[in-house]
Amino acid sequence: MNIFKTINIFKFWNAFRKWPIIPVFILAVLIFTGVFSNQLAPNSPTSQNLKLRNSPPSWMDGGAEGRFLGGDHVGRDVFSRIIHGARISLTVVAISLASGVLVGSTLGLVAGYAGGLVDELIMRLVDVWLALPFVLLALIAAIVLGPSVQTVMLLLALFTWASFVRYVRAEVLSLKTRDYVNLAKVAGASTTRIIVKHIFPNVVNTIIVVATLRVGQLILTEATLSFIGAGIPAPTPAWGLMVSEEKEYLSSSWWGSFFPGLAIFLVVMSLNFLGDWLRDKLDPRLRQL
Amino acid sequence: MTRFLFRRLYFAIFSMFAATIIVFCMSRLIGDPLLLYAQAGGYGMPPEQKEYLRAYLGLDKPLIVQYFVWIWNALQGDLGKSLLDRTPVSTMIWEKLPATAYLALTAWLFAILTGVPLGIISSIKRGGITDYLARGFALFGQALPTFWIAIVAILIFAVQLGWLPAFGMGESTDTFWEKTKHFILPTITLGWGGSATYTRLTRSAMLEIMDSEFVKLARAKGVSTNSVIWKHAFRNALIPPITYSALFLAGFITGATVVELVFSWPGIGRLAIQAVTNNDFALLTGTVLFFSAAYLFFTFLADVSYGFADPRIRYD
Repeated sequence: MNIFKTINIFKFWNAFRKWPIIPVFILAVLIFTGVFSNQLAPNSPTSQNLKLRNSPPSWMDGGAEGRFLGGDHVGRDVFSRIIHGARISLTVVAISLASGVLVGSTLGLVAGYAGGLVDELIMRLVDVWLALPFVLLALIAAIVLGPSVQTVMLLLALFTWASFVRYVRAEVLSLKTRDYVNLAKVAGASTTRIIVKHIFPNVVNTIIVVATLRVGQLILTEATLSFIGAGIPAPTPAWGLMVSEEKEYLSSSWWGSFFPGLAIFLVVMSLNFLGDWLRDKLDPRLRQL
Repeated sequence: MTRFLFRRLYFAIFSMFAATIIVFCMSRLIGDPLLLYAQAGGYGMPPEQKEYLRAYLGLDKPLIVQYFVWIWNALQGDLGKSLLDRTPVSTMIWEKLPATAYLALTAWLFAILTGVPLGIISSIKRGGITDYLARGFALFGQALPTFWIAIVAILIFAVQLGWLPAFGMGESTDTFWEKTKHFILPTITLGWGGSATYTRLTRSAMLEIMDSEFVKLARAKGVSTNSVIWKHAFRNALIPPITYSALFLAGFITGATVVELVFSWPGIGRLAIQAVTNNDFALLTGTVLFFSAAYLFFTFLADVSYGFADPRIRYD
């Protein structure tokens, strides 16, 4: 009997090693709470209750009823704010990543396939872009455009497109010398057709892997921007902003700052795990990423 | 090789030029710099005087002329004067440079000295408990937000335990140990992410090399495991970490802003954030220019070191 039990545990362990079960579960929870945040949150994320100011989580001594993760410095429910924050993070990251992927991959395809002057121009632009201190640009942009969710999306899209150009271009450079591409040329296929039908399907894997690995960084950057005041403006419940707002009260009521940070950590870690797993499955050559 | 170096140098100069244009445009987008001296509505200042001031500051000329004047002066080391107290920007940056440079250097050393050994250990003992620990360390370093590490570290080590100071660099009269204490928290906070990347880089490079033909041959010849690891694999596995080192240093210099903000570190990053809040465009363009130049310089170094460390690469 004992042996069978051990085998079962091993099976379990192997499944955990083989498939990214925990990360996918965390991300599923994130997406679920993001979509249904209005239904799931027990309290309003913005309504203040000064009686419950800095109240400890309900499971601690002196914790207030119904404040599962405690209250913040104006008595808002930290738990409900985290749930609504999931929605903000999801929206911001989804839109900025989609725009970044679209612009970056297109430029990468064009640069790699066209070569010559076009390639040179695009790649120099990427170099310059990556050399600029992003946090400072974000601060300037927040002043010029005014801090808002839209500004953050724009900034994150601007932050992310350049890396896609690099990876897609490198991939296209090796693909365009392949025999089947030459054959397509000989057969009289147009440039557009070659790019769309023969090259693009082969860089999709690279795009997916790089995108998954970038999402975590995007969430971290969004949180950093909110933290330094160039991101999502108060009183929107964004995770980075919550950490920033509550940091003054850290020594007495640590929960206001700790739990949003923990949420960021869990989500980013899951995304990194999933990204690594996808990379090993789809595109092992990107190992050094 | 010389051709390659010249080409990279030309790239660096071109990039720097483009960066100055972007920085200049951005600095003017913030708003009319004249408004810093005279509020809109002209409170207490007649229009003639305002025009005189505009001409005095050179703001009446076309933007393109202003840009070239700015570049010409910048090339001579004159980045303009801070709008707040008329201190030369170059002096301000020069004063804050040591704080940022020291912090970047210690974080860099921390990242290398923890990341590379952890990467090697975890690749040798692949699948063992040390491998999991090292990868866990890397995982945390890559997924924890820097500002969160910073405030939690302050909470634990400065507020609760009282072991380490929570902010600043300390006084110049402090003993060496006192000064070192100020460095510990910011260094680890800034360096952890880099250390994690070093661990991953070294680990994957080691694993790849341990799997290569020449290592298999060495093993088949009967070379001892130690010799294979240190003579054959280790030296080759160092190439990626070495070539990335210059980039990491650049990243620590430009990436220190958030850490400087949380720990009230008197560096250039904090100076830049102050410039933004004070709408001090001369100071802002100066700091952004400094960061871009530092980054481009170290990318250039990275390219050069890549050429020296690995003769197999093609210079094209």
